[in-house]
Amino acid sequence: MAVTLFLPTVLARLADSGTLRSEGDTVGEVVENIAGRYPDLAPRLRDEKGDPYAFVTFYLNDEDIRFTGSFRSPVKDGDELTIVPAIAGG
Amino acid sequence: MSTTASVTPELSNEEIFRYSRHLILPEVGLEGQKKLKRARVLLVGVGGLGSPAALYLAAAGVGTLGLVDFDVVDATNLQRQVLHGTSAIGKRKLDSARERIEDLNPNVKVEAHETPLTSRNALEIIGTYDLVVDGTDNFQTRYLVNDACVLLGKPNVYGSIYRFEGQASVFATAEAPCYRCLFREPPPPGLVPSCAEGGVLGVLPGIIGTIQTTEALKLILGIGESLAGRLLLVDALRMNFRTLNLRKDPECPACGTHEIKELIDYEEFCGVRQAAAADAAAQSAVPEITPAQLAARIARGDDFDLIDVREPHEWDIARIPGARLIPLGTVVEALPTLDSARDIVVHCKVGGRSAKAVQQLQASGFRKVWNLAGGITRWSDDVDPSVPKY
Repeated sequence: MAVTLFLPTVLARLADSGTLRSEGDTVGEVVENIAGRYPDLAPRLRDEKGDPYAFVTFYLNDEDIRFTGSFRSPVKDGDELTIVPAIAGG
Repeated sequence: MSTTASVTPELSNEEIFRYSRHLILPEVGLEGQKKLKRARVLLVGVGGLGSPAALYLAAAGVGTLGLVDFDVVDATNLQRQVLHGTSAIGKRKLDSARERIEDLNPNVKVEAHETPLTSRNALEIIGTYDLVVDGTDNFQTRYLVNDACVLLGKPNVYGSIYRFEGQASVFATAEAPCYRCLFREPPPPGLVPSCAEGGVLGVLPGIIGTIQTTEALKLILGIGESLAGRLLLVDALRMNFRTLNLRKDPECPACGTHEIKELIDYEEFCGVRQAAAADAAAQSAVPEITPAQLAARIARGDDFDLIDVREPHEWDIARIPGARLIPLGTVVEALPTLDSARDIVVHCKVGGRSAKAVQQLQASGFRKVWNLAGGITRWSDDVDPSVPKY
């Protein structure tokens, strides 16, 4: 499945761009595909065990994946994965 | 929403004239304007986000504005903190804010709380207000504001910013999720740079702060659809606004399981104290040279290498003559170009990144390496004031 991944600026500098194309059948596979292509970005997307962090939230289209099966959530062609990191500036 | 004061205030003829553009909006009207006058709103932080919030809430006629801040106006604030002017540099932000608000709308009562918000005072301070606008600049205060609002049942109008991007939502209303439902835990200290470290487009807090203000006014007036249950993401570079659905996390320790029954130690929770101790230990563990000692070595004509580990855009702003730029992230690949037989002095902006670089060099077998204490900032203070500080 072809999925579009949107990175915030804080992470986009670790990849070629803030908008990336990726492949996989689940969110976890999509993330691993990106992690393999961008080694500097990889540790910011998931922990050493390959699990999501508590301070980086993944949205598949408009829904938080923690409520749909986390990295096991299935994806379909054309889905959009948005990464929302905790930021604190004020 | 219900406001804490029960007596309906009357509007004077001066107020009716002042608020005429509100009064002729059917969604606001006389009753709405009275609700605004009766409302008590607490702004936590009167910096980037708090500036537009204070200005527009005061202009709108919110009766009482509580302000929590303990900072002093600095020239670097003025690029975005539009509540404060050049004449306020060096003044307490609360004094500057009070003067500006009283000039803008003398009908507004300002309650100044010159203190950091802490676990000891948060419930008492927040408890007397109807809602909170979170304009803080650190994770520990954000979790503190969140938990206090959940415990007290007060809406928390959230906004945060970084570089060109912002987030906004309304947390902790009766049905809405809270900040912990979105981010269960904070990132480890140092992973997410602050605006002071990473920079921020000056107008961005204007965008996000006015969105927070809009949400606060809607909550007071009881109109429209609030951002409760939604997260607004703003990307100023692409000029893209997007809302995502926020769900209440049944396992959230604050608003789900309610296992958080009182405020905790938020510096501990966010790892701030441990990180500060580790940073201090790391910095004290590396050999240091003061700017005055470095100036003396340069004046003597000593033979050594001066390495600047800041980023190229910082190098463009200011540099120490004779330095060579090797950004921290590229030190390892630059190792073959460095001579471990020579003395090496490393500097950055204030000394933190260069301490890390010294440790990297030491780990690679370099023995004659010193960190410039206080970085180029202290160099400007102690040796050469013609070098600009940023």
